Amino acid sequence: MNATVLTPGFPELEPPRTFYTHKSGLLSWLLTTDHKRIAILYAITITLFFIMGGVAAAMMRINLVEPNGALLSPETYNKTFTFHGVVMVWFFLIPSIPATLGNFLLPLMIGARDLAFPRLNLFSWYLFVIGGGFTVTCLILGGVDTGWTFYTPYSTLFSNTNVILVAVGVFVTGFSTILTGLNFIVTTHKLRMPGMTWFKLPLFVWGMYAVSLVMVLATPVLAMTLSLIGLERVAHVGIFDPALGGDPLLFQHMFWFYSHPAVYIMILPAMGVVSEIIPCFARRKIFGYQFMVYALVGIAVIGFLVWGHHMFVAGMSPTAVLVFSILSFTIAVPSAIKVFNWTATLRRGQISFEAPMLYALGFVGLFMIGGMSGLMLAAPALDIPLHATYFVIAHFHYVMVGGTVMAYLGGIHYWWPKITGRLYSEAWAKFAAILMFFGFNFTFFPQYVLGYLGMPRRYHAYPPQFQLLNILSSAGASILAVSYLIPVLYLGWSLFQGARAGNNPWNARGLEWQTTSPPPKSNFLERPVVQKAYAYDEPAPGTPA
Amino acid sequence: MSATGLHFLLPEASANAHSVDVLWWSMVGLCAAIAIGVFVVMFVFCIRYRKGRPADHHLARETLPVELTWTVVPFLIFMGVFAWSLVLYARSRTPPADAETIYVVAKQWMWKIQHPGGQREINTLHVPEGIPIRLMMTSQDVIHSFYVPAFRVKQDVLPDRYTELWFTATRIGDYRLFCTQYCGLDHSRMGGEVIVMSPKAYAGWLDQHNTGTSLAEQGAALFRAKGCSGCHGPNASVHAPDLDGIYGRIVHLSDGSTVVADDRYIHDSIMLPDKQIVAGYAPIMPSFSGELTESQVLAIIAYLKSTRPGTAPAHESTKGTYKGTKP
Repeated sequence: MNATVLTPGFPELEPPRTFYTHKSGLLSWLLTTDHKRIAILYAITITLFFIMGGVAAAMMRINLVEPNGALLSPETYNKTFTFHGVVMVWFFLIPSIPATLGNFLLPLMIGARDLAFPRLNLFSWYLFVIGGGFTVTCLILGGVDTGWTFYTPYSTLFSNTNVILVAVGVFVTGFSTILTGLNFIVTTHKLRMPGMTWFKLPLFVWGMYAVSLVMVLATPVLAMTLSLIGLERVAHVGIFDPALGGDPLLFQHMFWFYSHPAVYIMILPAMGVVSEIIPCFARRKIFGYQFMVYALVGIAVIGFLVWGHHMFVAGMSPTAVLVFSILSFTIAVPSAIKVFNWTATLRRGQISFEAPMLYALGFVGLFMIGGMSGLMLAAPALDIPLHATYFVIAHFHYVMVGGTVMAYLGGIHYWWPKITGRLYSEAWAKFAAILMFFGFNFTFFPQYVLGYLGMPRRYHAYPPQFQLLNILSSAGASILAVSYLIPVLYLGWSLFQGARAGNNPWNARGLEWQTTSPPPKSNFLERPVVQKAYAYDEPAPGTPA
Repeated sequence: MSATGLHFLLPEASANAHSVDVLWWSMVGLCAAIAIGVFVVMFVFCIRYRKGRPADHHLARETLPVELTWTVVPFLIFMGVFAWSLVLYARSRTPPADAETIYVVAKQWMWKIQHPGGQREINTLHVPEGIPIRLMMTSQDVIHSFYVPAFRVKQDVLPDRYTELWFTATRIGDYRLFCTQYCGLDHSRMGGEVIVMSPKAYAGWLDQHNTGTSLAEQGAALFRAKGCSGCHGPNASVHAPDLDGIYGRIVHLSDGSTVVADDRYIHDSIMLPDKQIVAGYAPIMPSFSGELTESQVLAIIAYLKSTRPGTAPAHESTKGTYKGTKP
């Protein structure tokens, strides 16, 4: 997908010219400062990373069909799960919604012409591509076997793999995240059009704002931690290695101080997407708008204070365990509020079930299951047996894949007509969404049971009594893989053959629906009309009442 | 536990396992109830308020009381679960005073076990039924984690640090031991078995595997062989602290602070002697970190423990017999 392919798709849309036809040629994309084009560059890049991470997942699932690990050697398996984790977390999930949908929609939703720093935005993408390309190259040529968590002293003293190089790659990519967050914060503060007050902002914008705060505050800690790893590995400065006078638990504290907020970097944008989709297809304003805002910000803030729940059995003091446990229970409250409010939004609606809505409803269900298994892990007495087993794997895949990936795809389907100007096959889209929901549960629910029965994570081989559940999980994964491939096909078809979408095919509210599809380079040809948020009880501006 | 066949229930093979399971199944029930409740409500709304169906589409005016309810009620439930969990957690962290200590040294990719009587084993741990067992654990290289699902116990094992866990096995049988902290190439093969025996059979096993020297005696031998006694012994020419009965005492340090001479303190004094200097002594002790293995340090600690007043000194102790088995 590049400019020369896309351009012929919209020749008849003149005037006005869309942001695709504004300029053409590969260079016009690589040197663009248009947030919409950069969003598309990101979308292409992260799709490639998602495919790579998915291939690694498939290799693991095939390997685990046999208890003795038939397909891969232990070394390859260890490198494969590291590849899967590093690529999926840093090069797909973290940038997924913010860098694509956020980049595209944030200025449109607040009535701005672009982000506050358009050139910085392009620079962020280059950092991302350089960091990502470098990391993936190092992971494929040689590999790293530490897991995406890089626990010391294994990563610093024992692993004979490309730890330093990958740390450098992730370090560079971290700056892309920080700069995107900075850009979003400034944009939200300074570029809202007149009349777009804070409490008229769509929850998607609030989600982007909250996640940007976390990105800017948490990611530097990752950079520091990775630098210290490098320092210890290269210069033998004692920071994490006890033999040099360091403390391995310090690494875990620093790593999770970043990586737990990173979990919220992945989920807050998803919550924003779902908060747009459900009101649109229920034809209702979101239930409890202000509570939803407070819940988003609350999650972002408390998210910084719960990292220790990854370390209940690591050798932390019982007092620390107590404090982190109670805070972890507390953060479940705003998450619960959100689930209840999404459900309540359906009440007295006029609900229709287009594909984005199916994804959004699927998100609510899977996020709830994932969140509640998180409650169990927040209880130290249960975390002791469950920690580092497949229960944890299932828990965070429910939140990250069942949650974030479902919401991302829901968002892609919801805004696809706006982004491309085309419609896709609704029937195929519904089919893929439903297949994905079942494939997902089929893959990951057995892993909850495996974890309860005691199967540890990161095992290349396992005792035979776990085999049946592993086969179920692998079978589910094959269904899940198919359900991810189907959208590639019908969305690709839609790019060239899809029917014209018109400005607002869903009759949705929000400024982005008041401009043309695809939008012109300057976003709006006419000044959009600001309504209250989710004004589904009012007619859309420009339509007869 | 047979190696094949399907198990959907874990055996409860330790004294605390049942109370953990009660919390676990209660949480499963609570979560299932909430999930089913939300799904049913969503489903009903989706049917009842689907597009094209005549329904009352008026907006609810006052949402605050509803929202406060579903903020406060979950919060109270969560705090209840937290308190419940905390009681169980406190119990899991507090070994009974009469617990027998067994030492565990982890290394890539095996578990080395040292019994106080001097018996050693690798990747198997024999324990008596009904007697509280406290494991003192350390690692020789990276972080590992000691996990026995049937006992519901897990604890990371760190280099240069002692961590501990305890359990009372309540059911005779063999139970799987896993390493659950990723530790490199053969992480998935780093496991073994905990073999729970009747106290009588256990005493027999101990006798059968008696090496002739208890752990404390091995420590006493090391204390001489490695030159510790040259400075710390009764006839030492060097000004060094007397270590007789040191274990459990309060030690005054040169920086004015005090510390209890526990396992960690003694370990660090041997391996990292510059870390804490005893008041009134010059920092002349060399580090033994290249000289002694973690297993040997454990033996020396066991020896120093045995010199406590009221404890039979190592050279007089009965050889590896197990006190808990006497009828």
